[in-house]
Amino acid sequence: MLAFIIRRILQSIVVMLMVALLSFTLFRYVGDPVVSMVGRDTTFEERAALRETLGLNDPIVVQFGRFVKNASMGDFGISYEQRRPVIDLIAERAPATLELSFVSGLFALVVGVFMGVYSGLHKDGFLSKLFQSVSLVGISLPPFLIGILLIYLFAVILGWLPSMGRGEVRQLGFWSTGFLSFSGLISLILPAITLGLFQMTLIMRLVRSEMLEVMRTDYIKFARARGLTNRAVNFGHALKNTLVPVITVTGLQLGQIIAYSIITETVFQWPGMGYLFLQAVQRVDLPVMGAYLVLVALIFVVINLIVDFLYYVVDPRLRMEGGAVS
Amino acid sequence: MVARKAFSRILVTSAAIAVMLIAVAMPAQSKTFKWAFQSDAGSMDPYTMNNTMTLGFTANIYEGLVRHAKDESIEPSLATSWELTQPDVWRFNLRKGVTWHDGSPFTADDVIFSWQRAMGEGSDMKSFVAGIKDIKKIDDNTIDIITKGPWPLLLGDIFRWYIMPKKWCEENNSASVTGFKSGTEETYATRHTNGTGPFMLQSREPQVKTVMVPNPNWWDKRTDNITEAIFTPIKADATRIASLLSGELDMIYPVPIQDVQRVRKTPGFKVMEGMEVRTVFLGFDMWRDELLYGDVKDKNPLKDVRVRKAMYQAIDIDAINKKIMRGASYPTALMIGSNINGFDEALNKRFPYDPAESKRLLAEAGYPNGFSIVLDTPNDRYVNDEAISQAVAAMLSKVGIKCTLNSQTRAKHFSKIASMDTSFYMLGWAPMSFDVHNTYFNNVQTNGQKIENPQPGQGNWNCGNYSNPEVDKLLNEMTAEIDPVKRQALISKMMQIHKDDVGHIPLHQQALSWGVSDRVDLTQSADNTLSLRWVMVK
Repeated sequence: MLAFIIRRILQSIVVMLMVALLSFTLFRYVGDPVVSMVGRDTTFEERAALRETLGLNDPIVVQFGRFVKNASMGDFGISYEQRRPVIDLIAERAPATLELSFVSGLFALVVGVFMGVYSGLHKDGFLSKLFQSVSLVGISLPPFLIGILLIYLFAVILGWLPSMGRGEVRQLGFWSTGFLSFSGLISLILPAITLGLFQMTLIMRLVRSEMLEVMRTDYIKFARARGLTNRAVNFGHALKNTLVPVITVTGLQLGQIIAYSIITETVFQWPGMGYLFLQAVQRVDLPVMGAYLVLVALIFVVINLIVDFLYYVVDPRLRMEGGAVS
Repeated sequence: MVARKAFSRILVTSAAIAVMLIAVAMPAQSKTFKWAFQSDAGSMDPYTMNNTMTLGFTANIYEGLVRHAKDESIEPSLATSWELTQPDVWRFNLRKGVTWHDGSPFTADDVIFSWQRAMGEGSDMKSFVAGIKDIKKIDDNTIDIITKGPWPLLLGDIFRWYIMPKKWCEENNSASVTGFKSGTEETYATRHTNGTGPFMLQSREPQVKTVMVPNPNWWDKRTDNITEAIFTPIKADATRIASLLSGELDMIYPVPIQDVQRVRKTPGFKVMEGMEVRTVFLGFDMWRDELLYGDVKDKNPLKDVRVRKAMYQAIDIDAINKKIMRGASYPTALMIGSNINGFDEALNKRFPYDPAESKRLLAEAGYPNGFSIVLDTPNDRYVNDEAISQAVAAMLSKVGIKCTLNSQTRAKHFSKIASMDTSFYMLGWAPMSFDVHNTYFNNVQTNGQKIENPQPGQGNWNCGNYSNPEVDKLLNEMTAEIDPVKRQALISKMMQIHKDDVGHIPLHQQALSWGVSDRVDLTQSADNTLSLRWVMVK
């Protein structure tokens, strides 16, 4: 067990290093950060001096080594654009992204499971067909288009919901939350739907097919024969058994939601980490870009690590063979 | 069925929530003004970044010795009057009884401190005060500004140089500007302010939200009725438009060209348009002996004025105006627009669009079959910049010049052309001083990298090094000429020579486009900045 954990953690570190190296190689092609840092009247001598101070003239290997060394100590440098420690910027923006991801995930799970169960039980019903069509939209339309359509419908035409921003935000220590004000809550609705629609669709389809499968099994028939209520059969026995794959998928998708909130945050001017990253790319703010990519890689690696451990716990065969999951 | 019952319960609940939301969405009556631009101000410290947005935004909080009136003319601000006591000495009488937002008095020491700060490490405002040799304090309310030689343009140069409080800056560790050499982190002044202006900063979250409230002790009579001003940068065009049309914001800019008609047709909104001070133009590499990006070997066709003129006359500017800019541009023959001091209507006649003449000129210059060339263009800087370049490439190909595009983001484009690594490039220029000299000094005067002892910043953006000694001489003369009539004669002569040389191909001035709700009245500035002091909320 211990050997397995150590091996997994070492592999994760290699993955993190690869991500960092890849992002560093890509940074070379983004452009010159100095252009966005100074005004147009700044002389070439001053620009060159700035480049030297930032260490941009060093070979890429040296820059990479410096980044890894500092990052391993939790120091991601100072943002070129905002001139504050990157770690502070990310900490400031993280609550917005995490709250949005949490609500999106919850939305995807609750609505997805509900729609999945319903269309699994009444596979020929009108609503089931409607759900299927909706899910097709969720799978096929890109999030920015969904976001813009929702904004036009609910903000411009109907005027019910805000089109952008987080609404009123309250501070709880270091955490800024939108959960405690009405405007904060209604501001969450559109972006959460936009971000969670794909995952909702995925969960719905998964639950639906699992339900169809389970409903055919013998123990459901026996349960009905025992005279159990529909509620007990459908939710107590059938749904429970469909949830194992759903939980796995949801866990993995949570990483996706956090990482891919970039587009949703941009459309809704949501002040989270994804928006911070996009701004950084446009301004060639290398320290922010590096920190964000490493952070996202970390989220994925940690989630995968946990999933691997859970498999190990759940599946006795892995223990017998001594560990490795291929 | 249980599931069906649960579902209908959800339907009812969501309908109830919807009704609640309608009730809440009704705005309360207040004089709050909310507006959005496509990007945020770089800093609240007005010396950190010399760009129009940052300086226009902080102008609501800080003030200079002089300021712009509604018609862009110079009027007194922190200085009440000034006179030339010698050709290079300006005496300024400072306004008495002005206080900073924290209540302390404004004095001559603040002006001297601000000059030192603007000249110091990390400041991006050096070019604005470069003409000042020294500032002497006469008494608390009088100063002498000594310029490096006669400097008639002083007022235009310094109107964006705002005065900052000496004591406050020193006490808050902001005596020098956030620079990279002097400790890399921001100073206190990056997110906090203490100005003399009509508005005070209440809260600042960079890239998210900035809130300002009126300064109750402002020295001037108020011309606005705002009780609170909230600024949100909104990057995505569609979202910016949506938040205007949904009534959440009172004003947004810019309105993308394709959305102008929509905003205009929506009742309750209007689009304010006007000529922006920025001119977009094309430049040539005129110093290399061999074309860098192209198929001509051993010589540089762009050195031949006939070739440059052929390229000029191959461009159908009306088509660009109608098809690409949808009318939202002002074709120009000069590097400045009619809203810039020094403009001369008599010279503003373009060489006509004439492909046959282009071909004739090319043949005469020895290129009957044309040649190939690469046009460097940004794709995220000017309105439809990439589309314009594509059109130019297509038009050039019709006269035999095979023009391919190298289209890049601003971060890559500007560092490439600034290092003169280009044969043919697009650039735009907005003279922040509203004077012709700024544009021609930066783009037309011989590039400082190519000569001995240049003036600081000379020809910094003359990326292809157009160089004509006569033009250089006239530009130097006009900086020292105090008589406006003689000065205009120098300007017109200089612009005529540059035009005959086809030193650049001017394309157009962009149109400003602001989306404004009927709830507010405001004044548009030609440099695309918003002054809150002219905003009336109904």
